[in-house]
Amino acid sequence: MPIATTWVLAEAAGGKPLGVTLELLSKARELGGTVEAVTWGGDAATVAPELGKFGATRVLDAGDIGDSLPGVAVAAALAARIGAGEGADVILIPQTYDGRDIAGRLSAKLDRPVLTNVVDLAGGDQPESCHAVFGGSEIVKAKFTEDGPRIFVVRPKSFAATESGGGAPEVVTIEVPDSGATNAAKVVQRHVEERSGPKLDEAPVVVAGGRGLGEAEKYSLIEDLAKLLKAAPGASRAIVDAGWVPYSYQVGQTGKTVKPTVYIACGISGATQHMVGMKGAKNIIAINKDQDAPIFSLADLGIVGDVHKVLPKLIEALQARG
Amino acid sequence: MNVVVCVKQIPDPSTPGQLDPATKTLVRGGKLVIDDSDMYGVEMALQLVDKAGGGEVTLVSMAPNSEVSGLRTGLAMGAAKAILVSDDALVGTDALGTAKVLAAAIKRAEPDLILAATESTDGYTGTTPVQIAELLGLPAITFAKHIEVADGTVKVDRQTEAGYDEVSSPLPVLVTVTAGVVEPRYPSFKGIMAAKGKPVDEVKIADLGIEAGQVGWGGARQEITDIAKAEERKAGEIHVDEGDGAEKVVAYLEKLKVI
Ligand SMILES: Cc1cc2nc3c(=O)[nH]c(=O)nc-3n(C[C@H](O)[C@H](O)[C@H](O)COP(=O)(O)OP(=O)(O)OC[C@H]3O[C@@H](n4cnc5c(N)ncnc54)[C@H](O)[C@@H]3O)c2cc1C
Ligand SMILES: Nc1ncnc2c1ncn2[C@@H]1O[C@H](COP(=O)(O)O)[C@@H](O)[C@H]1O
Repeated sequence: MPIATTWVLAEAAGGKPLGVTLELLSKARELGGTVEAVTWGGDAATVAPELGKFGATRVLDAGDIGDSLPGVAVAAALAARIGAGEGADVILIPQTYDGRDIAGRLSAKLDRPVLTNVVDLAGGDQPESCHAVFGGSEIVKAKFTEDGPRIFVVRPKSFAATESGGGAPEVVTIEVPDSGATNAAKVVQRHVEERSGPKLDEAPVVVAGGRGLGEAEKYSLIEDLAKLLKAAPGASRAIVDAGWVPYSYQVGQTGKTVKPTVYIACGISGATQHMVGMKGAKNIIAINKDQDAPIFSLADLGIVGDVHKVLPKLIEALQARG
Repeated sequence: MNVVVCVKQIPDPSTPGQLDPATKTLVRGGKLVIDDSDMYGVEMALQLVDKAGGGEVTLVSMAPNSEVSGLRTGLAMGAAKAILVSDDALVGTDALGTAKVLAAAIKRAEPDLILAATESTDGYTGTTPVQIAELLGLPAITFAKHIEVADGTVKVDRQTEAGYDEVSSPLPVLVTVTAGVVEPRYPSFKGIMAAKGKPVDEVKIADLGIEAGQVGWGGARQEITDIAKAEERKAGEIHVDEGDGAEKVVAYLEKLKVI
């Protein structure tokens, strides 16, 4: 049976849909059938027009979920709707912190499997998903073998966001049933880490640093270079784990996926889990003192050298240009 | 306080992975090791039990081939015992099937706290722990970068898109930890010797009341249709810096009109 309805979990922040939400809406249109966006967090009215522009014809709003975690509240609301016979054939969920929680809860509630780490999706009666494995060197394709809600968890930056020219969609409130003990975890306080400059996953240029910088203080080389190039600073997991920079800087499998025009990797070895997050960059520059570092296998320009020599010179040269 | 840590045993990640062209899945077998990602959970559990002044750490693992070498590493770090679910029927089990098996095994240990990693190194679906929590009817807090337990309540700093949230929950609860939440200890020689005598309770899925149809290839209700090499990026120009590396980069950025 052709796909009749697709739900897109429309995660938003600060009154704006995330980029991945718009990407998923764009792909949902290709699958055929009706596209409905699911919102939570209390700003449905604000984000609805934008969701409509990218193809949502209706918004199902779980509303302000207060101090509950979205994983529990949103999954409960969707499971209830599916139970009432108003479900979807495909559910597209962004691979974000909250998206993954919602997918896990929903899967267990419905007793339906999930396909995660999706990087592409082809339409048809039984849509086929692509998954990047081994640092993106091989692509595995998969399908569900049954109908019913097919839950796909999709990595950001997998699809282009394209407008459909749709008008503002109708917003329908969906009920969030009481989840009892599973809803006992509550958010007590939210902390926002300040970040200056462009966003890592949107910046046209990304300058990323790794353990090759030697010590936390030397990350300032990355920040200085990023500022000169109006770039976003990024990092490998090694230096995030070491506490040099916050987690929000991390590029890779467990961090952000970036597809900038230029990615400059400084003192990063090029582990498969790092490369899967940045190999979509149009141009890659790598600076590493080890000429056998795996990062050079996909660099368009590789500089075999010491970051402590190359970076200060580069910064100086760019400063001189004004 | 009793803590269960989910410990996945995986092929050594330092040897390159392989896909079996016939079954189209990761080739498993050979000696398995503890997934590095789970070392953080084991360490966290040991520290929390220590602080609580009593209780023990139980490791729970599912592996098709009676493999215990990864569990021994966790026992050598200081965990008291382990439950291993091993069964031929488990080959091909997906994340939800794994969650069903682990949930049933975890129930036996009656823990106050369950720890898992945010995602495994080889499977990285990242959904298994939350599925376990849902099946057990428990709250879950994912992406923990700091954990404290006091007076029957767990307080977690949870990584978010914007920064982090302080999240609090009564016990029992499942928490997934990020790498870097604690520094895992190396097993000592004494620990390694002691681990050899620690109990590993090996059970079959029937012992847990799970039917073969719920797990394995059939239970997964998904199929791999194709494996293909991704379009390869070619290496470009490699230049050994002789004081002119920065110039090369500037010229390249100019060519791209970035500067
Ligand atoms: C489940 C899982 C998920 C993961 N997710 C991610 C992820 O999302 N992102 C990620 O990045 N990693 C991730 N990793 C970790 C990954 O495997 C690597 O450990 C990590 O990327 C290494 O970081 P690095 O390149 O900075 O450090 P290293 O691998 O230690 O490399 C440092 C490099 O710096 C070079 N160097 C040293 N000194 C200098 C110098 N003076 N000048 C120039 N070069 C120098 C060295 O030659 C070396 O190549 C994950 C791992 C697992 C198991
Ligand atoms: N077979 C398994 N045995 C024990 N724990 C597991 C198993 N599979 C997954 N887990 C736990 O769940 C986490 C997430 O796994 P995954 O969903 O595969 O990314 C892992 O890091 C482990 O803590």
